[in-house]
This record gives sequence, structure tokens and C-alpha cells, in this order.
Amino acid sequence: MMARHKRMVVVAAIVAGCGLAAFLAMQAFRANVMFFFDPSQVAAGEVPAGQRFRLGGMVVKGSIEKTLGTLDVKFLVTDYKHTVPVTYSKILPDLFRDGQGVVAHGTMQRGVFVADEVLAKHDEKYMPPEVARSLKDNPPPPDPAPGAT
Amino acid sequence: MIPELGQFALILALVMSGVQAFFGLAGAARADARWQAVVRPAVAGQFVLISTAIGALVHAFVSFDFSVLYVASNSNSALPTFYRVAALWGAHEGSLLLWAWILSLWTLAVGAFSRHLPASFASRVMGVLGFVSAGFLIFTLATSNPFERIFPVPADGRDLNPVLQDPALAIHPPLLYMGYVGFAVAFAFACAAMLEGKLDQVWARWTRPWTTLAWAFLSVGIALGSWWAYYELGWGGYWFWDPVENASFMPWLVGTALIHSLAATEKRGLFKSWTLLLAILAFSLSLLGTFLVRSGVLVSVHSFAADPTRGMFILAFLVIVIGGALTLYAWRAPLLKSTAGFDGSAREAFLLYNNILLVAAAAIVFIGTLAPLIADALGMPSISVGTPWFTRLFPVAMLPLLALLGVGIHAGWKQGRLATQRRRLGIGLALALVIGLLIVFAAYGPGKWLTPVGVVVGVWIIVSSLFDPIDRLRRRLSLSRAVLGMTLAHIGIGVCVIAISTVESYTIERDVPLARGESVALGRYAYRFDSIEPLEGPNYDGVRAVVTVLRDGQPLAVLHPEKRNYWVQRSTMTEAGIHSRWNMDLFAALGDDLGAGRWSVRAQVRPLIDYVWLAAGLMALGGLLAASDRRYKTRVAAASAIPATAVGASGS
Repeated sequence: MMARHKRMVVVAAIVAGCGLAAFLAMQAFRANVMFFFDPSQVAAGEVPAGQRFRLGGMVVKGSIEKTLGTLDVKFLVTDYKHTVPVTYSKILPDLFRDGQGVVAHGTMQRGVFVADEVLAKHDEKYMPPEVARSLKDNPPPPDPAPGAT
Repeated sequence: MIPELGQFALILALVMSGVQAFFGLAGAARADARWQAVVRPAVAGQFVLISTAIGALVHAFVSFDFSVLYVASNSNSALPTFYRVAALWGAHEGSLLLWAWILSLWTLAVGAFSRHLPASFASRVMGVLGFVSAGFLIFTLATSNPFERIFPVPADGRDLNPVLQDPALAIHPPLLYMGYVGFAVAFAFACAAMLEGKLDQVWARWTRPWTTLAWAFLSVGIALGSWWAYYELGWGGYWFWDPVENASFMPWLVGTALIHSLAATEKRGLFKSWTLLLAILAFSLSLLGTFLVRSGVLVSVHSFAADPTRGMFILAFLVIVIGGALTLYAWRAPLLKSTAGFDGSAREAFLLYNNILLVAAAAIVFIGTLAPLIADALGMPSISVGTPWFTRLFPVAMLPLLALLGVGIHAGWKQGRLATQRRRLGIGLALALVIGLLIVFAAYGPGKWLTPVGVVVGVWIIVSSLFDPIDRLRRRLSLSRAVLGMTLAHIGIGVCVIAISTVESYTIERDVPLARGESVALGRYAYRFDSIEPLEGPNYDGVRAVVTVLRDGQPLAVLHPEKRNYWVQRSTMTEAGIHSRWNMDLFAALGDDLGAGRWSVRAQVRPLIDYVWLAAGLMALGGLLAASDRRYKTRVAAASAIPATAVGASGS
């Protein structure tokens, strides 16, 4: 009887523990999980106001503007349908270049995406899956002839 | 010619692994000694063959054979010899080959050190390992052949990914794989026990040193990876909850649980089926880790260009291995009953709490890592789970675990008898509070609320671990390697917790634009940007800055952060400048040329960060010591003669 009683207590404790864990996990999910949006979704106003999210797309060629002598940088992210301006004021990852895929974390503020993190990628061939999917729906326009930049 | 030789060796190795799997398992099932006698030669043969394949690939790298696609993709004539050898495992195909070779190495060791085990059991263990090996060799040959040729032969190679051109790369993957693959041995022991339908305390004693050894390797492998990311990627942290980091951390957590559950199984014959489940889980998570890294399904620094067939193959293999093992488990585990009872405050109970919390911690990491994939599969919006989620949930499982460690270490087997340990508990807690709070408030000042808790718990673990060994020394009793190893590993955990708690609160970091002569203040420290000069390496050029760190106006250290442009892949790499002192790291990484004579500089002061890695070293050393304990050598031979029930229940 003692043993059974003890086992019941242990089982109850485990169930309570799991319940608590699940509750905490869900709470934390709600507060700390970020959703992905592409520029078209941003343009369509799908992003709830003030929410932090991940923006992904291609960095428009020639759109990177640096303010001389400061860390501030501006660039445009596109999915070839819509374009979102992005500002950032930390050190950019080594492999950040125009004409390549990018994912940035941040919020929309008055029509500008203020990024607090820009993700690096460490393989030229690599494309963030979400960006790849977003571009599949919006194929890039054919490349202009060489030298036509 | 030589690459074809390597490929041929690899095919023969696959045949050999098939022989090993078939005769190992069928020979044991038929109790046929002649069939079983085939297994050890097959194991040795497989090792020699895969070694030959590795040798052939190394030869191709060293002799600049760019007609081999893998060599052409991951090497270059300007690449230093050291990296040409390490490039072997610098990408997908070669690292799979390394995986297979390490598995054959472990199997060879099992073959050599299992002669005292019952023949049918040893034969089954090697049979299961042969099955796993066959899976990986098929995978390698079918989807990722490292010996594939290209035509026309390129004049030069595309070079090794510059991120990987670093001394730590040479040892990080092999050590990590030694850990990952080492859990295959524990897995094979578990499967063999289920096939035999017999699992006793002797079994646990056989399995323990292998598991502990694998765990020790995994600890060092993870720590090296973390250290490498710290100084090579220029991120300036030690852990980022990156999916691939998590992939190696999950087997570690479950492996840690397994080590502790095995202790209870060996000493008291408890938790038998649970131990089996953990052994299956640890290896499954190792395979899952391989899947996550190699399929490119997750966004990570380690993500290589994705190849769906590879992903599908590993997934199928994963399903066969895990599904098969779990089916076996469902069928056989009910046979294994643990009969011994124990008190709620006995050591067994604390090991149980340890296991529950470690598995919970692993579950947290699992959910956080796979949530994006699951959401994706369910057609939900694409999400990402970042550091805040993990740092919020992980301590929920970890803190109770660590606090209980300080108590549980004093508990006896069967009955806790904690009342008799009141003095130790009291002294330990008092010391922990005094030293811990002194560290936090005297040395650093207030930080996050979790920091003093973490530091006190860390000190509490260290102090608690020391009571027993000191007591034994004072009474002139011998200290076994097992006790010494356990003590070291627990001290390692304590050191790790203190270091992490401190780093999390007292790191100062700033990204700033600096011109020559300008400086940025970080608390008492100032980073002065002195100069920047050109730099030339064997296969790169770049710039090197001189940054002087001053404390209270006095020069303390000079840092040399670099920015390198690797010629072949035309990629830019950050090489951080780090000065390690006994109690902190002074860190500077160079960003971009901002124009107007300014450069962006990432400056950081990180207290105690080196102790995070040192702690992993302590844990691994403890593991090695414990695995080499004398009783695994002397008593094992005797134990196989004694009925299982007569063994165990003594010692600590």
C-alpha cells in the first residue's frame, strides 16, 4: 500500500511537472517566437503593428547606402514584387552583399524596417529556405544583359 | 587510380559490414560458434578498408588531385598542407566518410575488448554495429561519394570554406563524431541485451565505460565547437542556440542522463528498461543531429546547400533504426523488471530526478529546435525560435537539477540517510552562500536576478562534490578512479554554471565606429584604435588592426583583430583579437571600413568565459578517469562467471 501510494505521488508529480512545463513552453512561445514575412506580405499589411518579425528577401543590387564614418546602413529588400527599406546600425555579417538573400530581425517603424539583427550565411550556394520559397512564388525578372547596369 | 582504389575499398567495406551484421546477428540467433567467429575478422577488415579509403582521399588532397570533385571543391593549391588534410572532413562527403571510419574504429575497440563477454552477446553487439555501419556506407556510396571524378579537370580547386581554415577545425569534428558515434556502442549494447532478453547488473557494468567514454568525447567536441565559433566567427559568444549546436547538445543531455541511469542499473539493478530507452534515444538524437546538419532543413551557420535526396535517405535510415529499436523495446522491455525498492531521498531517487530533469531539458531543446520544422510541415506560418525562448525555458529544468545535485551527492543508496548528513549539507550551503554572494556582489555588482542564484548553486555543487573525496583522503582510504572522475565532472558542472551565470550578466559589449586614436569605454576599460596595417597570408590578404586595451588609463593588452579576404572563394572572414586573462577575455573584432578613416569595431569584455570551456575539459577528464576505473577491467572477467544477482550493490 505504501509503495502504491508513493508511486501515485510520483506519477502526480510528474504529470504536474509536465503540465507546468507545457504551460511555460506555450507562454514562452507566445512571447519569443518570431514569424517570417516577405516584402509582399509587409506591403499587404499582414504584419501586426509593432510586432517583431523576420523579414527575408534579396538585397537589391546597388541599394546599400552607408553613412560615412558611422555604422548606420540602409538597404532595400525585395521579393521582385514589393520592396522594403531596411536600416541597421550594427556590424554587418561578413557575407552580407547586395544581390544575395538575407534574413533580418526587427520591427516596422513608419514604413521602414528597423533591424536589430542581420543573419549571416556561410555558404555562397546557401539560401535561407523561407527566402527560397518566397522567391519561388515570385521568380526574379530575367537578368539584364551584362554591362547593362 | 588511387581514388578508384579508395572507392573500391569503400565498396568492399560495405560488403564487410553486411557480413558483420549478418553473421553477428544470425550467428548469435543460431548459437553457431563458427558463424560468430566470422564477425571479428569482418570488423578488422572493415576498419582496414575504410582506413584505406580515408588514406586514398588524404592522398588525393595532399597531391592536389583536382580530378576528384570533392578535392576540387574543398581544396586549392595555395591551401597549407595542414588544412589540406583537415579538408577531408571540411564538407559533407568527407565528414560522412569520417563518420564511418570512426564507427569502424569504435567497433574495432569493441571487438578487442569484448573477449570476456559471452560470445553470443558480443556477436550481437558487433552485428548491430555492422548494421549501422552498412547504413552509413550505403548512404555515402549512393548519395555522397567522395571519390567522384570530374571532367574536364579544373586547373585549381575552389578552396576550403575559409570559415573552416582554423586549427580547431582539425580536431572539432573528429572529437564530436567520436562522441556521436560512440553512443552507437551503447545503442548496440542495448539492442543486444533486448535480443538476448536479458539485462542484468553485469550488462550495465559492460556498457558504462563505453558510454562514459563517448560522453567525454562529445563534451570536448561540443566545447571545441563553441570555442571555435567564439573566436573564428567573430560572434563573441559561447552559445547561440543555433540548430546545429542544439543538435549536438541533445545527445549530450540524454547521454548524461544515460550515464546516471546506468549507475543505478549497475549498482542496484534499477531503471532497466528506462536505461535501454535512454541508450536508444541518445543514439537516435545523434542520428537526428546528423540529419539536421546534413539535410539543410534548418537555418543555421552550418547549413550547406540542401540536397533533398540526402535528407530523405537519412530520414529513412533514422526511421528504420529508431523504429526497429523501439519495436524491439516494446516487445522485450516488459521482460525486464526492476524489483529493488528505494527511499524517496535515496541516491536512486536523486538519480531519477536527475534523469527526469535532464530529459526535460533535452525535450526543451528538441521542441525549440524542431518547432520551425513542425510548423512548416503543418503548413503553419514560418516561425523561428531564438535565444530568448531557450534562455527563458532552459533554466526551468536546469536549476532544479543543479540544486538537487548538491543534495543528492550526499545521499546513500537504498535509504537516503540525509539526516546524518545534516552537517555536510549545512556547511556546504553556508559556504556556497558566502563564496557565491561574495563573487557576485564584491567582484561584479548586481546583475540579472538569476546570476547570484546560478553562482551560489555552482559553488554549492563544487563544495558538495569535495566532501566525500576529502573525507576519504583524511581517513587514508583509497580514492578510486570512478569517484575521482565523478568528482571532477561535477566540479566541472559547477565551474560551468558559475562561468555562464557571470558571463550572462557582466559582459560589456559595444559595436562602434572608430578612427585612429579614438577609443571607446567599456566600464573600467577603454579600447583604443591605434592603427591598421595590410596583411598577407598564404591564400588570403587583408588588414590587421592594433587595438590597445587600457584599464583605468593604463595599457593592459594589445589586440590584433584581422579582416581576411580569401582569394579563391572571394569571401571575407573576421579573425577576432582576443586577450585572455585569468578572470576575463578582452575581445575585439573588426567590422567594415566605414569611410572617413573609420572602421567599425566590436569591443567586448567577457568575464570568466574561458571557464565555460575549461569546465567541459574537466567533465571530459572526469569521464576518462571514470571509464578507466579498475573494476571495469578486473571484475568484469570475474563477473561473467558469477550469477548476476550476486554482483553489485556495494561501493559508491
